[in-house]
Amino acid sequence: MKLDRRKVVAELLTERGALVVVAGLGACAWDITAAGDTALNFPLWGGMGAAAMVGLGLALAQPRRPVLVITGDGEMLMGMSSLATIAVQRPDNLSIVVLDNEQYGETGHQATHTAMGAELPAIARGCGFDHASTITKMGAVAELRNTIHDRAGLRFAAIKITPADYPKALPPRDGAWLKHRMRVALLGEQAHA
Amino acid sequence: MVAARHWSEEVFALLRKYRADLISYVPDAGHAKLIDRCRADIETRVVPLTTEEEGVALATGAWLGGTRHVMLMQSSGVGNCINMFAMLKTCQVPFLTLVTMRGDFGEFHPWQMPMGQGTPAALGLMDFIVLRADAARDVAPTVEAGLRFAFNSYNRVAVLFGQRLLGAKDFRTVRE
Repeated sequence: MKLDRRKVVAELLTERGALVVVAGLGACAWDITAAGDTALNFPLWGGMGAAAMVGLGLALAQPRRPVLVITGDGEMLMGMSSLATIAVQRPDNLSIVVLDNEQYGETGHQATHTAMGAELPAIARGCGFDHASTITKMGAVAELRNTIHDRAGLRFAAIKITPADYPKALPPRDGAWLKHRMRVALLGEQAHA
Repeated sequence: MVAARHWSEEVFALLRKYRADLISYVPDAGHAKLIDRCRADIETRVVPLTTEEEGVALATGAWLGGTRHVMLMQSSGVGNCINMFAMLKTCQVPFLTLVTMRGDFGEFHPWQMPMGQGTPAALGLMDFIVLRADAARDVAPTVEAGLRFAFNSYNRVAVLFGQRLLGAKDFRTVRE
């Protein structure tokens, strides 16, 4: 079954506590903002293909915090080789979740490679991820939310979602400010040291 | 007699001095000694990349979390990074890369020429400060200036190591 993206993200971000979230550009950035914009969100407005590696940088710098990357299938395909790089590092506090609607929603709903055979969880497994799954049920999303918080190992999940468009919930778009907001939240006074 | 320290030892000491705890690289022969030195250090986390854009995104995440990152790459990689460099500029993320040059002084390989000669201009397009070392004695002060520009005054910086420093590889046995 294909799931509703906003319900999926709301479930993943339930009682999020210390969770740091990076969202890939486009709909995923709007999704995490709809669930509640906070200093521990870093919604990308550009840098397509960067989301997973931004997550790796955060996971290595903040090993005690769970770090969650939420991105789209098109964005993940563009940064696909970063899955190999991340698997080599194997941070136990990093989870990468792809909201897979099998299309480029922002640009006119053109089909992505996941609509035509590419299986991102198989690619993640092939790169060395211990945990990689395809999720089609809300119950599994709730389980995933718990394992993310447990920092129970490097994890990849593709959640199949419907291609429905939602009204854009726009986060702040000043990148320097978003960066500083998160650094202050994570580092306190050291952010300016 | 004590052998002179290779410049890569001086660079490594500077990376530690400025607490660049995270080093990523796409391999290059000119960086080989420094990569080995970083890998042997228990305090340095080393991330081999499949392509250079990954290192730009890694630097952004690391800085968000309070860790200083430096990327080692070859000049060809600069061309791969242009769009990702935009993120550094927009988000004002401090960034230092040490770039071994190809397509530079004494180059044999014609296919290396366009990107090598275009490297300073490509970096300039994204407002990098570009520094350059062509002799062993210049490496340490230039890298230290780069570290200061990046992490004290929050710039995007590339230090180019020229082929006069590294030597130009010749694929043939040359008889001239």
